[in-house]
Amino acid sequence: MAKELWKGNEAIAEAAIRAGCDCFFGYPITPQSEVPEYMSVHLPKAGGVFVQSESEVAAINMVYGAAGAGMRAMTSSSSPGISLKQEGITYLAGAELPAVIINCMRGGPGLGTIQPGQGDYFQATRGGGNGDYRTVVLAPSNVQETVDFVQEAFDIADLYRNPVMVLCDGLIGQMMEPIEWRPVPKRDLPPKDWAANGRMGRENQNSITSIFLDAEECEAHNDRLTAKYAEMEEKEVRWEEIQCEDAEVLITAYGTPARIALTALETLRAEGIKAGLFRPITLWPFPEKALHTLAGKDHIKAILDVEMSTTGQMLDDVRLAVEGQKPISYLGHAGGIMPTVEEMIEWAREALKEVK
Amino acid sequence: MLTTSFCPHRLSIVTGHYGTGKTEFAVNLALAMARDGERVMMADLDIVNPYFRSRERRNVLEEAGIRLISSSQACSDADVPALPAELLTILEDRTVRGILDIGGDPVGARVLARFQPRIVMEDYQLIYVLNANRPEVREPENAIAYLRGIEATTGLICTGIVNNTHLCGETTEEEIRKGAALAAEVSRETGIPVLCHVAEEKFIPSLSDLSGTVFPITIQMKKPWE
Repeated sequence: MAKELWKGNEAIAEAAIRAGCDCFFGYPITPQSEVPEYMSVHLPKAGGVFVQSESEVAAINMVYGAAGAGMRAMTSSSSPGISLKQEGITYLAGAELPAVIINCMRGGPGLGTIQPGQGDYFQATRGGGNGDYRTVVLAPSNVQETVDFVQEAFDIADLYRNPVMVLCDGLIGQMMEPIEWRPVPKRDLPPKDWAANGRMGRENQNSITSIFLDAEECEAHNDRLTAKYAEMEEKEVRWEEIQCEDAEVLITAYGTPARIALTALETLRAEGIKAGLFRPITLWPFPEKALHTLAGKDHIKAILDVEMSTTGQMLDDVRLAVEGQKPISYLGHAGGIMPTVEEMIEWAREALKEVK
Repeated sequence: MLTTSFCPHRLSIVTGHYGTGKTEFAVNLALAMARDGERVMMADLDIVNPYFRSRERRNVLEEAGIRLISSSQACSDADVPALPAELLTILEDRTVRGILDIGGDPVGARVLARFQPRIVMEDYQLIYVLNANRPEVREPENAIAYLRGIEATTGLICTGIVNNTHLCGETTEEEIRKGAALAAEVSRETGIPVLCHVAEEKFIPSLSDLSGTVFPITIQMKKPWE
């Protein structure tokens, strides 16, 4: 199929429509406002429902209601708006409702900046809401992956009855790239016989809740959720290894920094420095075993984690996976300042000097 | 012959659908006019996009002697839809060539409406940038609908089409030809002439058979890994 030129945010919205999204609830915030804007025009034409809610909190609760009624529901926002949705996300997880949430990350904390950021890694992977729950987090690094993952996210959410987040940085939402509408893997989905959509001939109506006041009942519910999360960890983990077979210096990065790292790899390889990229695609589940195994290989001498975050967030997961087998350095920026190809090259040269 | 002789008017107002590459064209046009020896002023009036605006190329433009006027002088990263009073300099100083880089769609073009009475007193050209790879303008009737929407919002008449068909790093000469066919069709139905076809330098030798001017550009609006 011929390639088309799409802006990331518009493509996210179109991908959701193509995946059969029934309802979209959202509130504008830069840099993701093109998602609700596109949805407002195109989702009703496709037979769906678009509501610009009065707030982000209202939007995520509308998602809860629509998902509870068996609809494919989605919301999108950017960092501060996603913070507001955290209560709704833990309720979705607790009530085992499928939903797709887009976070087009900007700089923080607080209002921060409208420039791209990656400071919401902890919030996305650790759960910004209360309680023991997990959210599958897909982290695309270009517009093509974004449209593929948004479509797949609906199936993953329905399969596990769990919220799925697609975590982009603002650059991916705002940039123009050629994409093609290619088929994405489809899951074999069970009927939504749990949905609160009327009696449908059942003896009693279904009810959707996350409250379990009885201690044993609540623990049993948590155990069931934990078993589900274990299954996701086993089946949904994804990553990409680029030129890692013989790499001496290994960069770990996701999203836009992973794109920048690819350019750094080209330059380093041309200079004769063996550099590789380990790119987590699911941030939860994190590809822990794969990174552990790779870091254990003799040819890997040093690791650099690169993020658009000053504190280093994925860095924690990288350290947990590497388990001290190799030295790890960190390169991070915030406020929309991008890690540069030059910084990565400089680090690689220094790191090799130190270990050799 | 000047490389920008396809744009002979004092003011060039660059409009079009979102993401057609208006800013890339506008920045290259400003640089080419400066190389042609003109005194150039450029105004970034994009109040709908938060990233990839011509103000991000301030250094390149200023090094070429181009004065850049943008919405937020204090902070180029604020998404405040404020217009600079300085914009009037471009309209009033008839010794400069002015390039106005406008945000996408009729929504983005709305910034021009308040200046309409002033603009129509000048020698201006409203330029409509087309990219045949943008799904919402690849059919002539949709492309014309956007064009008419921009005219209605601004109260200005479009008198030139620019074919800026590309696929970022995956552009081929076939893409540019595809855009030329769309531009020709829009031109036929509207009577508005095609001013030029935009092409990176490397494509110029193979496009000599295209009817009309081919405007050579070098990519200025790069992504961080390019």
